[in-house]
Amino acid sequence: MVRLADLDEPERSHLANIPCASFDAEPWVTGPPLTERRIAMISTAALQHRDDTPFLIGTGDYRYIADDTPASDLVMAHISTNFDRSGFEQDLNVVLPLDRMHELAEAGEIGSVARFHYAFMGSTDPVQMEAAARAMAGHLKADGVDSCILLPV
Amino acid sequence: MGGLAHYLEDEGLATTQISLIRPQTENTRPPRALWVPFELGRPLGAPNDAAFQAKVLRTALALLERTDGPVILDDFPEDAPVSGAAENDEGWFCPINLPPPPADLEAGGGYKVAIQAEIGGLTTWYDIALRERGRTTMGLSGMKIDEITDFVCAFLDSQIPENPNEGQSLGQSLKFAVEDLKAFYREAAGAQPGQNTGKEMNDWFYGSTAAGKAMYALWPIADNLAKQSGDEFMKIFANLLLIPASQKFRAKAANTKGEAGT
Repeated sequence: MVRLADLDEPERSHLANIPCASFDAEPWVTGPPLTERRIAMISTAALQHRDDTPFLIGTGDYRYIADDTPASDLVMAHISTNFDRSGFEQDLNVVLPLDRMHELAEAGEIGSVARFHYAFMGSTDPVQMEAAARAMAGHLKADGVDSCILLPV
Repeated sequence: MGGLAHYLEDEGLATTQISLIRPQTENTRPPRALWVPFELGRPLGAPNDAAFQAKVLRTALALLERTDGPVILDDFPEDAPVSGAAENDEGWFCPINLPPPPADLEAGGGYKVAIQAEIGGLTTWYDIALRERGRTTMGLSGMKIDEITDFVCAFLDSQIPENPNEGQSLGQSLKFAVEDLKAFYREAAGAQPGQNTGKEMNDWFYGSTAAGKAMYALWPIADNLAKQSGDEFMKIFANLLLIPASQKFRAKAANTKGEAGT
Protein backbone atom coordinates (compact mmCIF):
# COMPACT_ATOMS: atom_id res chain seq x y z
CA MET A 1 0.00 0.00 0.00
CA VAL A 2 1.12 3.58 -0.48
CA ARG A 3 0.31 5.37 2.72
CA LEU A 4 3.42 7.45 3.17
CA ALA A 5 3.29 7.05 6.93
CA ASP A 6 3.56 3.27 6.49
CA LEU A 7 6.73 3.38 4.41
CA ASP A 8 10.29 3.14 5.66
CA GLU A 9 12.98 5.66 4.90
CA PRO A 10 14.38 6.49 2.39
CA GLU A 11 11.35 5.49 0.33
CA ARG A 12 8.99 7.75 2.32
CA SER A 13 11.14 10.83 1.79
CA HIS A 14 11.73 9.90 -1.83
CA LEU A 15 8.00 9.84 -2.54
CA ALA A 16 7.17 12.83 -0.37
CA ASN A 17 9.77 14.97 -2.08
CA ILE A 18 8.98 14.21 -5.70
CA PRO A 19 8.34 17.63 -7.24
CA CYS A 20 4.84 18.15 -8.52
CA ALA A 21 3.21 21.05 -10.31
CA SER A 22 0.59 23.41 -8.93
CA PHE A 23 -2.21 24.95 -10.98
CA ASP A 24 -4.28 28.04 -10.21
CA ALA A 25 -7.24 27.06 -12.38
CA GLU A 26 -9.92 24.59 -11.34
CA PRO A 27 -11.27 23.20 -14.62
CA TRP A 28 -14.53 21.28 -14.54
CA VAL A 29 -15.92 19.77 -17.73
CA THR A 30 -19.21 17.94 -17.35
CA GLY A 31 -20.99 15.58 -19.70
CA PRO A 32 -23.80 13.11 -20.25
CA PRO A 33 -24.45 10.06 -18.04
CA LEU A 34 -21.71 7.42 -18.00
CA THR A 35 -23.92 5.19 -20.12
CA GLU A 36 -23.53 7.66 -22.97
CA ARG A 37 -19.86 8.55 -22.61
CA ARG A 38 -17.03 7.48 -24.86
CA ILE A 39 -13.99 6.99 -22.67
CA ALA A 40 -10.26 6.77 -23.32
CA MET A 41 -7.51 5.69 -20.97
CA ILE A 42 -4.40 7.80 -20.46
CA SER A 43 -1.55 5.99 -18.73
CA THR A 44 1.73 7.40 -17.43
CA ALA A 45 3.35 3.94 -17.35
CA ALA A 46 5.38 4.57 -20.52
CA LEU A 47 3.59 1.72 -22.23
CA GLN A 48 4.52 1.34 -25.87
CA HIS A 49 4.38 -1.09 -28.73
CA ARG A 50 7.47 -3.24 -29.00
CA ASP A 51 8.59 -1.47 -32.17
CA ASP A 52 7.87 2.08 -30.96
CA THR A 53 10.73 4.47 -30.37
CA PRO A 54 11.49 4.19 -26.65
CA PHE A 55 10.53 7.01 -24.33
CA LEU A 56 13.48 9.19 -23.44
CA ILE A 57 14.08 10.88 -20.12
CA GLY A 58 12.64 14.36 -19.77
CA THR A 59 10.50 14.30 -22.90
CA GLY A 60 6.77 14.81 -22.67
CA ASP A 61 5.65 12.93 -25.75
CA TYR A 62 3.15 10.09 -25.89
CA ARG A 63 2.60 6.77 -27.61
CA TYR A 64 -0.80 5.68 -28.82
CA ILE A 65 -2.24 2.26 -28.02
CA ALA A 66 -4.95 1.03 -30.35
CA ASP A 67 -7.87 -0.38 -28.39
CA ASP A 68 -7.43 -3.81 -29.98
CA THR A 69 -3.71 -4.02 -29.24
CA PRO A 70 -2.84 -7.45 -27.84
CA ALA A 71 -1.23 -7.34 -24.41
CA SER A 72 1.69 -9.27 -25.88
CA ASP A 73 2.59 -6.27 -28.05
CA LEU A 74 3.06 -3.87 -25.13
CA VAL A 75 6.18 -3.25 -23.10
CA MET A 76 6.85 -0.74 -20.34
CA ALA A 77 9.72 1.68 -21.02
CA HIS A 78 9.39 3.76 -17.86
CA ILE A 79 12.73 4.88 -16.47
CA SER A 80 11.81 4.69 -12.79
CA THR A 81 12.66 1.62 -10.78
CA ASN A 82 10.63 2.76 -7.78
CA PHE A 83 7.34 1.05 -8.58
CA ASP A 84 6.25 -2.53 -8.93
CA ARG A 85 6.37 -4.11 -12.37
CA SER A 86 5.51 -7.66 -11.34
CA GLY A 87 1.78 -6.90 -11.33
CA PHE A 88 1.98 -5.59 -14.89
CA GLU A 89 3.98 -8.65 -15.88
CA GLN A 90 1.21 -10.91 -14.59
CA ASP A 91 -1.76 -8.93 -15.90
CA LEU A 92 -1.86 -5.86 -18.14
CA ASN A 93 -5.23 -4.92 -16.63
CA VAL A 94 -3.69 -3.91 -13.33
CA VAL A 95 -2.05 -1.00 -15.20
CA LEU A 96 -4.20 -0.55 -18.31
CA PRO A 97 -7.61 -2.19 -17.77
CA LEU A 98 -8.51 -2.83 -21.39
CA ASP A 99 -10.54 -5.94 -20.58
CA ARG A 100 -12.37 -4.28 -17.70
CA MET A 101 -13.32 -1.26 -19.83
CA HIS A 102 -14.77 -3.49 -22.51
CA GLU A 103 -16.72 -5.47 -19.93
CA LEU A 104 -18.24 -2.22 -18.65
CA ALA A 105 -19.12 -1.18 -22.20
CA GLU A 106 -20.66 -4.57 -23.00
CA ALA A 107 -22.70 -4.36 -19.80
CA GLY A 108 -23.95 -0.92 -20.81
CA GLU A 109 -22.36 0.79 -17.80
CA ILE A 110 -20.39 3.13 -20.07
CA GLY A 111 -21.25 4.22 -23.58
CA SER A 112 -18.20 3.02 -25.48
CA VAL A 113 -14.44 2.60 -25.34
CA ALA A 114 -12.18 4.85 -27.40
CA ARG A 115 -10.46 3.57 -30.50
CA PHE A 116 -7.11 4.75 -29.19
CA HIS A 117 -5.63 5.10 -25.72
CA TYR A 118 -2.42 6.97 -24.91
CA ALA A 119 0.64 6.56 -22.74
CA PHE A 120 3.09 9.12 -21.38
CA MET A 121 6.08 8.52 -19.17
CA GLY A 122 5.55 9.74 -15.63
CA SER A 123 8.49 11.18 -13.71
CA THR A 124 8.30 14.01 -16.24
CA ASP A 125 7.62 17.68 -15.56
CA PRO A 126 4.00 18.29 -16.62
CA VAL A 127 5.11 21.45 -18.41
CA GLN A 128 7.05 19.20 -20.78
CA MET A 129 3.83 17.28 -21.48
CA GLU A 130 1.55 20.25 -22.15
CA ALA A 131 2.00 20.60 -25.91
CA ALA A 132 1.67 16.86 -26.48
CA ALA A 133 -1.36 16.66 -24.18
CA ARG A 134 -3.16 19.44 -26.01
CA ALA A 135 -2.39 17.81 -29.38
CA MET A 136 -3.62 14.49 -28.00
CA ALA A 137 -6.86 16.15 -26.93
CA GLY A 138 -7.54 16.95 -30.58
CA HIS A 139 -7.07 13.31 -31.55
CA LEU A 140 -9.33 12.19 -28.72
CA LYS A 141 -12.12 14.56 -29.77
CA ALA A 142 -11.77 13.44 -33.38
CA ASP A 143 -12.44 9.91 -32.10
CA GLY A 144 -15.61 11.11 -30.39
CA VAL A 145 -14.15 10.80 -26.91
CA ASP A 146 -15.71 13.06 -24.28
CA SER A 147 -14.09 11.66 -21.13
CA CYS A 148 -10.77 10.21 -20.01
CA ILE A 149 -9.57 8.15 -17.09
CA LEU A 150 -5.99 8.85 -16.12
CA LEU A 151 -3.95 5.99 -14.70
CA PRO A 152 -0.58 6.49 -12.96
CA VAL A 153 1.93 3.91 -11.83
CA MET B 1 -0.70 12.79 -13.73
CA GLY B 2 -2.79 15.65 -12.36
CA GLY B 3 -1.16 18.07 -14.78
CA LEU B 4 -2.50 16.06 -17.72
CA ALA B 5 -6.00 16.34 -16.24
CA HIS B 6 -5.70 20.12 -16.17
CA TYR B 7 -4.60 20.28 -19.82
CA LEU B 8 -7.30 17.87 -21.05
CA GLU B 9 -10.08 19.63 -19.15
CA ASP B 10 -8.87 22.93 -20.53
CA GLU B 11 -9.31 21.39 -23.99
CA GLY B 12 -12.90 20.39 -23.18
CA LEU B 13 -12.49 16.75 -22.11
CA ALA B 14 -13.84 15.56 -18.76
CA THR B 15 -11.34 13.63 -16.67
CA THR B 16 -11.22 11.35 -13.70
CA GLN B 17 -8.11 9.65 -12.39
CA ILE B 18 -6.54 7.23 -10.01
CA SER B 19 -4.23 8.76 -7.41
CA LEU B 20 -1.47 6.66 -5.87
CA ILE B 21 0.33 9.37 -3.87
CA ARG B 22 -2.34 11.43 -2.15
CA PRO B 23 -0.19 14.45 -1.15
CA GLN B 24 0.77 14.98 -4.77
CA THR B 25 -2.87 14.96 -5.86
CA GLU B 26 -3.79 17.34 -3.03
CA ASN B 27 -1.18 19.71 -4.43
CA THR B 28 -1.99 19.35 -8.13
CA ARG B 29 -5.78 19.52 -7.57
CA PRO B 30 -7.13 17.77 -10.67
CA PRO B 31 -10.94 18.05 -10.93
CA ARG B 32 -11.69 14.44 -9.97
CA ALA B 33 -9.44 11.82 -8.41
CA LEU B 34 -9.78 8.59 -6.48
CA TRP B 35 -6.92 7.88 -4.12
CA VAL B 36 -6.25 4.18 -3.77
CA PRO B 37 -4.13 2.57 -1.03
CA PHE B 38 -2.30 0.31 -3.45
CA GLU B 39 1.33 -0.27 -4.29
CA LEU B 40 2.96 2.01 -6.81
CA GLY B 41 2.71 0.25 -10.16
CA ARG B 42 -0.72 -1.25 -9.45
CA PRO B 43 -3.37 1.45 -9.97
CA LEU B 44 -6.12 -1.18 -10.30
CA GLY B 45 -4.97 -2.95 -7.13
CA ALA B 46 -4.32 -6.58 -7.92
CA PRO B 47 -3.31 -8.58 -10.99
CA ASN B 48 -5.67 -11.33 -12.14
CA ASP B 49 -8.54 -10.15 -9.95
CA ALA B 50 -11.12 -8.94 -12.43
CA ALA B 51 -13.82 -8.31 -9.82
CA PHE B 52 -11.61 -6.09 -7.70
CA GLN B 53 -10.24 -4.24 -10.74
CA ALA B 54 -13.79 -3.59 -11.95
CA LYS B 55 -14.76 -2.23 -8.54
CA VAL B 56 -11.87 0.24 -8.59
CA LEU B 57 -12.61 1.24 -12.16
CA ARG B 58 -16.34 1.77 -11.51
CA THR B 59 -15.56 3.91 -8.46
CA ALA B 60 -13.15 6.14 -10.40
CA LEU B 61 -15.51 6.48 -13.39
CA ALA B 62 -18.46 7.32 -11.13
CA LEU B 63 -16.69 10.57 -10.23
CA LEU B 64 -17.47 11.77 -13.76
CA GLU B 65 -21.16 11.99 -12.84
CA ARG B 66 -20.67 13.88 -9.58
CA THR B 67 -21.85 17.47 -9.41
CA ASP B 68 -20.09 18.61 -6.23
CA GLY B 69 -16.76 19.61 -7.74
CA PRO B 70 -14.28 20.94 -8.41
CA VAL B 71 -12.25 19.55 -6.68
CA ILE B 72 -13.18 15.96 -5.79
CA LEU B 73 -10.58 13.75 -4.10
CA ASP B 74 -12.17 10.60 -2.72
CA ASP B 75 -10.52 7.68 -0.94
CA PHE B 76 -11.09 4.13 -2.10
CA PRO B 77 -12.13 2.27 1.04
CA GLU B 78 -10.47 -1.11 0.50
CA ASP B 79 -6.91 -2.36 0.46
CA ALA B 80 -5.87 -4.59 -2.41
CA PRO B 81 -6.60 -8.27 -1.85
CA VAL B 82 -3.69 -10.37 -0.66
CA SER B 83 -2.90 -13.99 -1.28
CA GLY B 84 -3.66 -16.72 1.21
CA ALA B 85 -0.04 -16.90 2.31
CA ALA B 86 0.07 -13.16 2.97
CA GLU B 87 -3.19 -13.35 4.94
CA ASN B 88 -1.45 -15.81 7.23
CA ASP B 89 1.51 -13.45 7.56
CA GLU B 90 3.67 -16.00 5.78
CA GLY B 91 4.16 -13.73 2.79
CA TRP B 92 5.08 -14.72 -0.71
CA PHE B 93 8.25 -16.66 -1.32
CA CYS B 94 9.86 -17.68 -4.55
CA PRO B 95 8.94 -21.31 -5.15
CA ILE B 96 12.04 -21.98 -7.24
CA ASN B 97 15.14 -23.31 -5.55
CA LEU B 98 18.11 -21.47 -6.96
CA PRO B 99 21.72 -22.27 -6.15
CA PRO B 100 22.90 -19.86 -3.43
CA PRO B 101 25.15 -17.14 -4.87
CA PRO B 102 28.79 -18.17 -4.42
CA ALA B 103 30.94 -16.22 -2.03
CA ASP B 104 33.43 -15.29 -4.74
CA LEU B 105 31.07 -13.35 -6.99
CA GLU B 106 33.61 -10.57 -7.24
CA ALA B 107 36.21 -12.88 -8.77
CA GLY B 108 36.67 -12.56 -12.53
CA GLY B 109 33.60 -13.92 -14.29
CA GLY B 110 31.98 -14.81 -10.97
CA TYR B 111 28.77 -12.91 -11.57
CA LYS B 112 28.36 -14.32 -15.05
CA VAL B 113 28.76 -17.92 -13.92
CA ALA B 114 26.31 -17.40 -11.05
CA ILE B 115 23.72 -15.59 -13.16
CA GLN B 116 23.93 -18.19 -15.91
CA ALA B 117 23.32 -20.89 -13.30
CA GLU B 118 20.29 -19.00 -11.98
CA ILE B 119 18.91 -18.48 -15.47
CA GLY B 120 19.30 -22.21 -16.05
CA GLY B 121 17.11 -22.83 -13.03
CA LEU B 122 14.56 -20.19 -13.96
CA THR B 123 14.10 -20.89 -17.66
CA THR B 124 11.52 -23.64 -17.24
CA TRP B 125 9.42 -21.32 -15.07
CA TYR B 126 9.89 -18.41 -17.42
CA ASP B 127 8.62 -20.63 -20.25
CA ILE B 128 5.61 -21.68 -18.16
CA ALA B 129 4.77 -18.04 -17.44
CA LEU B 130 5.16 -17.18 -21.11
CA ARG B 131 2.83 -19.98 -22.15
CA GLU B 132 0.19 -19.28 -19.51
CA ARG B 133 0.17 -15.48 -19.93
CA GLY B 134 0.69 -15.52 -23.66
CA ARG B 135 3.20 -12.75 -23.33
CA THR B 136 6.47 -11.58 -21.90
CA THR B 137 7.29 -8.02 -20.98
CA MET B 138 10.93 -8.50 -21.97
CA GLY B 139 11.95 -6.86 -25.20
CA LEU B 140 13.16 -3.33 -24.50
CA SER B 141 16.80 -4.26 -25.11
CA GLY B 142 16.20 -6.25 -28.28
CA MET B 143 18.49 -8.95 -26.86
CA LYS B 144 17.94 -12.53 -25.79
CA ILE B 145 18.56 -13.50 -22.19
CA ASP B 146 22.01 -14.98 -22.87
CA GLU B 147 23.02 -11.87 -24.80
CA ILE B 148 21.73 -9.70 -21.96
CA THR B 149 23.81 -11.69 -19.47
CA ASP B 150 26.94 -11.29 -21.59
CA PHE B 151 26.33 -7.56 -22.03
CA VAL B 152 25.61 -6.75 -18.38
CA CYS B 153 28.36 -8.98 -17.02
CA ALA B 154 30.95 -7.40 -19.31
CA PHE B 155 30.60 -4.21 -17.27
CA LEU B 156 31.08 -6.22 -14.09
CA ASP B 157 34.30 -7.64 -15.51
CA SER B 158 35.69 -4.16 -16.15
CA GLN B 159 35.03 -4.26 -19.87
CA ILE B 160 33.15 -1.75 -21.97
CA PRO B 161 31.06 -3.83 -24.37
CA GLU B 162 29.99 -2.72 -27.80
CA ASN B 163 26.74 -0.80 -27.73
CA PRO B 164 24.14 -3.16 -29.24
CA ASN B 165 22.01 -0.22 -30.36
CA GLU B 166 23.95 2.69 -31.82
CA GLY B 167 20.76 4.71 -31.93
CA GLN B 168 20.92 5.23 -28.19
CA SER B 169 23.57 5.85 -25.56
CA LEU B 170 25.44 3.00 -23.92
CA GLY B 171 23.74 3.96 -20.67
CA GLN B 172 20.31 3.64 -22.26
CA SER B 173 21.24 0.24 -23.69
CA LEU B 174 22.44 -0.90 -20.27
CA LYS B 175 19.22 0.36 -18.65
CA PHE B 176 17.06 -1.65 -21.07
CA ALA B 177 19.24 -4.74 -20.68
CA VAL B 178 18.98 -4.55 -16.89
CA GLU B 179 15.19 -4.07 -17.08
CA ASP B 180 14.87 -7.12 -19.31
CA LEU B 181 17.06 -9.17 -16.95
CA LYS B 182 14.90 -8.19 -13.98
CA ALA B 183 11.74 -8.97 -15.96
CA PHE B 184 13.04 -12.45 -16.80
CA TYR B 185 13.62 -13.21 -13.12
CA ARG B 186 10.27 -11.77 -11.98
CA GLU B 187 8.24 -13.46 -14.67
CA ALA B 188 9.81 -16.83 -13.84
CA ALA B 189 9.41 -16.38 -10.09
CA GLY B 190 5.78 -15.30 -10.50
CA ALA B 191 4.84 -18.25 -12.68
CA GLN B 192 3.33 -20.32 -9.90
CA PRO B 193 -0.06 -19.47 -8.38
CA GLY B 194 -0.09 -17.06 -5.46
CA GLN B 195 0.12 -13.33 -5.41
CA ASN B 196 3.28 -11.49 -4.54
CA THR B 197 3.63 -7.85 -3.62
CA GLY B 198 6.21 -5.76 -5.36
CA LYS B 199 8.17 -5.52 -2.11
CA GLU B 200 8.25 -9.29 -1.73
CA MET B 201 9.46 -9.71 -5.28
CA ASN B 202 12.12 -7.03 -4.81
CA ASP B 203 13.26 -8.55 -1.51
CA TRP B 204 13.75 -11.85 -3.29
CA PHE B 205 15.53 -10.43 -6.33
CA TYR B 206 17.81 -7.93 -4.59
CA GLY B 207 18.32 -9.96 -1.43
CA SER B 208 18.63 -13.54 -2.63
CA THR B 209 19.86 -13.74 -6.19
CA ALA B 210 23.25 -13.26 -7.80
CA ALA B 211 21.60 -11.04 -10.42
CA GLY B 212 20.27 -8.82 -7.64
CA LYS B 213 23.70 -8.63 -6.02
CA ALA B 214 25.12 -7.76 -9.43
CA MET B 215 23.00 -4.60 -9.43
CA TYR B 216 24.88 -3.35 -6.36
CA ALA B 217 28.21 -4.16 -7.99
CA LEU B 218 27.14 -2.42 -11.17
CA TRP B 219 26.24 0.79 -9.35
CA PRO B 220 29.78 2.18 -8.77
CA ILE B 221 31.00 0.75 -12.07
CA ALA B 222 28.33 2.59 -14.06
CA ASP B 223 28.84 5.72 -11.97
CA ASN B 224 32.59 5.73 -12.65
CA LEU B 225 32.00 5.02 -16.33
CA ALA B 226 29.66 7.99 -16.50
CA LYS B 227 32.33 10.23 -15.01
CA GLN B 228 34.89 9.03 -17.53
CA SER B 229 32.66 9.15 -20.59
CA GLY B 230 30.36 12.07 -19.87
CA ASP B 231 27.34 9.84 -20.53
CA GLU B 232 24.77 11.81 -18.53
CA PHE B 233 22.15 9.11 -18.80
CA MET B 234 24.63 6.53 -17.46
CA LYS B 235 25.10 8.73 -14.38
CA ILE B 236 21.36 8.98 -13.77
CA PHE B 237 20.96 5.28 -14.42
CA ALA B 238 23.68 4.35 -11.95
CA ASN B 239 22.39 6.46 -9.11
CA LEU B 240 18.62 6.59 -9.59
CA LEU B 241 17.40 4.03 -12.12
CA LEU B 242 19.26 0.86 -11.21
CA ILE B 243 18.21 -0.01 -7.65
CA PRO B 244 14.89 1.00 -6.03
CA ALA B 245 15.17 3.49 -3.19
CA SER B 246 13.57 0.87 -0.93
CA GLN B 247 16.37 -1.61 -1.68
CA LYS B 248 19.40 0.65 -1.39
CA PHE B 249 19.84 -0.28 2.26
CA ARG B 250 21.52 -3.45 1.04
CA ALA B 251 24.21 -1.53 -0.81
CA LYS B 252 26.74 -1.19 1.98
CA ALA B 253 26.80 -4.91 2.66
CA ALA B 254 26.70 -5.94 -0.97
CA ASN B 255 29.12 -3.48 -2.38
CA THR B 256 32.78 -3.47 -1.58
CA LYS B 257 33.92 -1.51 -4.60
CA GLY B 258 33.78 2.16 -5.43
CA GLU B 259 32.05 5.04 -3.67
CA ALA B 260 28.58 5.21 -5.13
CA GLY B 261 27.25 2.20 -3.35
CA THR B 262 28.65 2.89 0.09
